[in-house]
Amino acid sequence: MSHKVVIPIGPYHPLQEEPEFFRLYVEGEKVVDIDIVIGYMHRGIEELSEHKHYDQVAFLVERICGICSTSHPFAYVNAVEDLGKIQVPERALYIRTIIAELERIHSHLLWLGLAGHFIGYNTVWMWAWRYREPVLDLFETISGNRNHYAMMKVGGVRRDIRDEDIPIIRKTLDELTSATEMFKGAVMDDPVIQWRLKGVGILTRQQALEWSAVGPTARASGINIDVRRDDPYGAYDRVKWNVIIQKEGDIFAKTVVRILELFESISIIRQCLDAMPKGPIDADVQEIPPGEGIGRVEAPRGECFHYVRSDGTNRPVRHKIRAPSYMNVATNKVAAPGGTISDAALTLAAVDPCYCCTERTAVIERPSEKKIMNGWDLIEKSRQKTKHFLITRGK
Amino acid sequence: MDVLFSYLVFPGFLFSASAGLFAGWIDRKLTARIQYRVGPPWYQNFVDILKLCYKETVVPYAGSRAAFLLSPIAGFLSMILVVSILGRAIQSPLESFAGDLIVVTYLLIIPALAVIIGASSSNNPFASIGASREMKLILGYELPFVLAMAVVVIKSHGALNLGAIINRQIAFGPHIASFSGALAFVVALLCIQAKLCLVPFDMSEAEQEIMAGALVEYSGFPLAVIKLTKALLLYALPVLLISLFWVNNLNLPSLIVKYFLILLAIILIKNTNPRLRIDQAMKFFWGPVSFLAVLSVVLALIGL
Repeated sequence: MSHKVVIPIGPYHPLQEEPEFFRLYVEGEKVVDIDIVIGYMHRGIEELSEHKHYDQVAFLVERICGICSTSHPFAYVNAVEDLGKIQVPERALYIRTIIAELERIHSHLLWLGLAGHFIGYNTVWMWAWRYREPVLDLFETISGNRNHYAMMKVGGVRRDIRDEDIPIIRKTLDELTSATEMFKGAVMDDPVIQWRLKGVGILTRQQALEWSAVGPTARASGINIDVRRDDPYGAYDRVKWNVIIQKEGDIFAKTVVRILELFESISIIRQCLDAMPKGPIDADVQEIPPGEGIGRVEAPRGECFHYVRSDGTNRPVRHKIRAPSYMNVATNKVAAPGGTISDAALTLAAVDPCYCCTERTAVIERPSEKKIMNGWDLIEKSRQKTKHFLITRGK
Repeated sequence: MDVLFSYLVFPGFLFSASAGLFAGWIDRKLTARIQYRVGPPWYQNFVDILKLCYKETVVPYAGSRAAFLLSPIAGFLSMILVVSILGRAIQSPLESFAGDLIVVTYLLIIPALAVIIGASSSNNPFASIGASREMKLILGYELPFVLAMAVVVIKSHGALNLGAIINRQIAFGPHIASFSGALAFVVALLCIQAKLCLVPFDMSEAEQEIMAGALVEYSGFPLAVIKLTKALLLYALPVLLISLFWVNNLNLPSLIVKYFLILLAIILIKNTNPRLRIDQAMKFFWGPVSFLAVLSVVLALIGL
């Protein structure tokens, strides 16, 4: 049968929590090709950021993504500190590391739950999210917020971790360790899950290199890459931990990498709590000199990259963001074809896609004409709209 | 009048559908408790049906209207017939007619066929994939299911009559107590999991892959009918299993306890497994399950 049928996954589909569009070309149940269409969530963050001053941008980039809501500000402050050669107090580095690792834990547990949901195993879903809840409670204890913690600022952190909170963190970590042990047993040793996930959606090492996969997606394909070790920031060079690598490149390997990374994250937080010195939590930053800086952070999904250029004013003149999902979502082009529809649905989810991080430009398609709008078109369009308001509403 | 009563009220539609909806609530509530959720109140499934009856029915423009609307009704009516025959056989075993086991087996496939016809006539790509999966699944589970029933027939000395099978078990002990009967019971339990379209065999309605699959275009009253059919299935299949394998006496409490035990097994299987791929499900049914079924038939023939 060579009759190709298009199965649309998206723009709105139960598989995805955000609007994205994957066109699966199928023959029977077999997926032969896939088209990836992004652009349903474009918000123009980079342009917005050039209209805000340096302290506001930290809040803005936090809102790029609700899940890695500390990775983006972390990468941004790294970039600005690189640009201004700002010395960050030791305690602030440790606090940043603790927050980033807690975020990795809650993000990986979120993915584990979603992965369970996607293979129809709703018990895993609910249990993973149950154990994710105490982590969110920890964030609320530390910062007052469950998801947008607003901890990062240029030169340090906005809030201290109080001494009385440290036993609570330790206790939650202990509970998490046993919960993670349970998940390790329940997910990694389950024969039916192995049957379902092994050998599915394979991304070979070569393909991962060619498509520039990052983070757990790359590490599951045997690529030894981790910004935390390769280009240390925060307090990662002051603690001992391992980079988790799996060779197979299938969905099961991606699951294993994420589960084992949970243990590493817990260990990093414990070491940070032990080693955290007393002292100030932020440096007094007066001025950002002209120049450019880059900041890299290993977000839960991979390398998150921010570039900031300054002309000496209080606003960045250019702010470039590259989120990890931008690289990882593209690998579906090679990982998904060849499997069945059931496998493709899992493969799409296995890179832990975060679409609102990924968006670049809005694409408007009409049957008659095809118009692709770039950033400048969008700005022009929004200016026209503003002018329209000024005219119709009489200034 | 008596026939109409037993078809529509007891043990037919009204009683069985209520029991099935209530069993559906137990499933939802237990699942919720296993997953640290609160779960719905006991009347949730009933008001769901009621709500669906009030909702607008959308019929796909491109599909065949008659087939789309009539096939759920066909499945529904055949299920009512099944529960009436089953209920009458348990009520008064001596009255059941010869060959009703064959009729029940035949009628039990019709809901699945109805889903396939309805889905195919809706002209939706998700629905047609769901229909093709359902079709493959029927090919998978029907052979071991019939073999498991053959074990019962062999052990009842060729009786194709539900009443005779029940009476024989009351006289000589339930079939599940024998080795071959227990094996066949396990096989049948796995098959009804697939017939009920529950995890790990719910690939024809896989929400995350093909939305609701075969049911994606249904709404309003036809969807209510399909939900009622599923409720009837959830009532009828465990009851069929009990009457074929597991009758000690016809005391109501012991029947209810057995029903709940089977329901519990179904719920536990559902909550401790991921969904299989359709080819894996086929391998599973044609491989180990069919092997077990054949083995139990052989064991039954040599009298174990």
